[in-house]
Amino acid sequence: MWTFFHKLASPPHFYRFAATLIPWFGIPGLILIAYGAYAGLFVASVDYQQGDAFRIIYVHVPAAYLSMMAYMMMAVGGGIGLIWRLKLAHAVGAAAAPLGAAFTFLALVTGSIWGRPMWGTWWEWGDPRLTSELILLFLYFGYMALRSSIDDTAKADKASAVLALVGVVNVVIVHFSVEWWSSLHQGQTVFKKGTMDADMRIPLFAMLIGFTLIFGAMLARRIRTEILYRERRTRWVKELVLSPEGDK
Amino acid sequence: MGAPIPQQPGIFVGLIAIARRDLLLAWKRPGDVLNPLFFFAMVCTLFPLAVGPSAEQLTFSGPGVLWVAALLSTLLSLNGLFMSDHEDGSLDQLLVSPQPLPVLVLGKTIAHWIISGLPLVLISPLLAMTYRMPADVMGVLMLTLLLGTVCLSLLGSIGAALTVGLHRGTALLSLLILPLAMPVLLLGANTVSLAAGNEVYATGIWALGAYAVAALSLAPYATAAALRISNE
Amino acid sequence: MDALAMGNYGPYVWSCFALAFIIVVFVEWRSRVRHHRVYRDIEVQIKALEDRQ
Repeated sequence: MWTFFHKLASPPHFYRFAATLIPWFGIPGLILIAYGAYAGLFVASVDYQQGDAFRIIYVHVPAAYLSMMAYMMMAVGGGIGLIWRLKLAHAVGAAAAPLGAAFTFLALVTGSIWGRPMWGTWWEWGDPRLTSELILLFLYFGYMALRSSIDDTAKADKASAVLALVGVVNVVIVHFSVEWWSSLHQGQTVFKKGTMDADMRIPLFAMLIGFTLIFGAMLARRIRTEILYRERRTRWVKELVLSPEGDK
Repeated sequence: MGAPIPQQPGIFVGLIAIARRDLLLAWKRPGDVLNPLFFFAMVCTLFPLAVGPSAEQLTFSGPGVLWVAALLSTLLSLNGLFMSDHEDGSLDQLLVSPQPLPVLVLGKTIAHWIISGLPLVLISPLLAMTYRMPADVMGVLMLTLLLGTVCLSLLGSIGAALTVGLHRGTALLSLLILPLAMPVLLLGANTVSLAAGNEVYATGIWALGAYAVAALSLAPYATAAALRISNE
Repeated sequence: MDALAMGNYGPYVWSCFALAFIIVVFVEWRSRVRHHRVYRDIEVQIKALEDRQ
């Protein structure tokens, strides 16, 4: 069991392993999303306060969740890469960043669209989560900008790992400070937390798990690309490319 | 019982030495101190020009404008924190020095704050007056700026270390520092607004103080790590 | 067509779902293109080196 994980740290093994992950995560993920979307849109009963607009939750919450999970992976990957010098860990960070940024963007836009009928405005600075999510987007951009401005891969890995770790601390601080700030200027509507009926909650879980699975599949694909590029001069890549199947 | 063992200099010796050096260098280049100050004053001037000089608007927006101006001015000055040392090679010397790098970094950051942060605090009452800020609120403003500029110098040093020597480092530096600076700005400006509105503002001061202490103890390590990475 | 209207919130709800779909498809497409391109580049280089030997 331990050897299984141990072998995974080696790039050629991970490259092959990730190839199997993609369909095994992707297909169940898509099925769950299809179910969750259908149930969320048509089966779940209408919300008392928000009417049908609350159905945006089935897209907004998974997106926001993934935006934070991707950042955690970037930070943890960076930390593991710095401490244990695992190049693969750095590759995970590099692969996760664009995905995380995309989902952060999705969370922001769906949050804004949801806000329009609820608060009457496209943007609400007073909402702590919306503002924190915007700062998260800036953090992603900063990370990707730093990576692309350093030519040497190892240096870029380490620098962006430091940035990601500092950013994690900052995300927590930002969230609390914006909450304090919005409590000062009260009266802003925060997204309703409250309890949900089962027929509303089940599609949400389906969407959450489904989106996480397809995120895993997309991430696996991007990590494979990272590995391929970083190891392009090694012997195993040469053999892979020259072999008849090639494996995409 | 041989020759006396030579004492290694204590860590504060290094910190003070490097802070003195940076202060001396800045003394010879008054522009380093004056430019951020002028920038601060200019930004404070631009706002009323843009949004109109009505009295309530000024008093209402004063804390926010002054704080944003201070933030932008600090951002500009952070660029030069490691730049000249990087260019003439002294940064490499710092990296191989037997003194612990976080301490040396702290020394540089303290000097940087004295050069660019402290003057902002001292000149802020003058500009706050143009925003019709009452004297007691000015006191709160100065306190928040004092704590806040310390935070900004420390947090900003991390970004400066990550981007030292990079092509187009300045723009990247601003992008990196913005999320770090956001809580400081929030806490600082809103604490002053609370004071202006005669409400309880102690929470903000405590939070800023805590943030400053945390930054003081942790940021130098992050900056040192970033410096080593940038200069491999 | 009650489903489409979503109680007057139709445009909001459907645009969110559509955007999610578009973004996921777009990101996945770009990931595949990138992988393909990286693989092709490496393949071309290695085969060129092989031919030379």
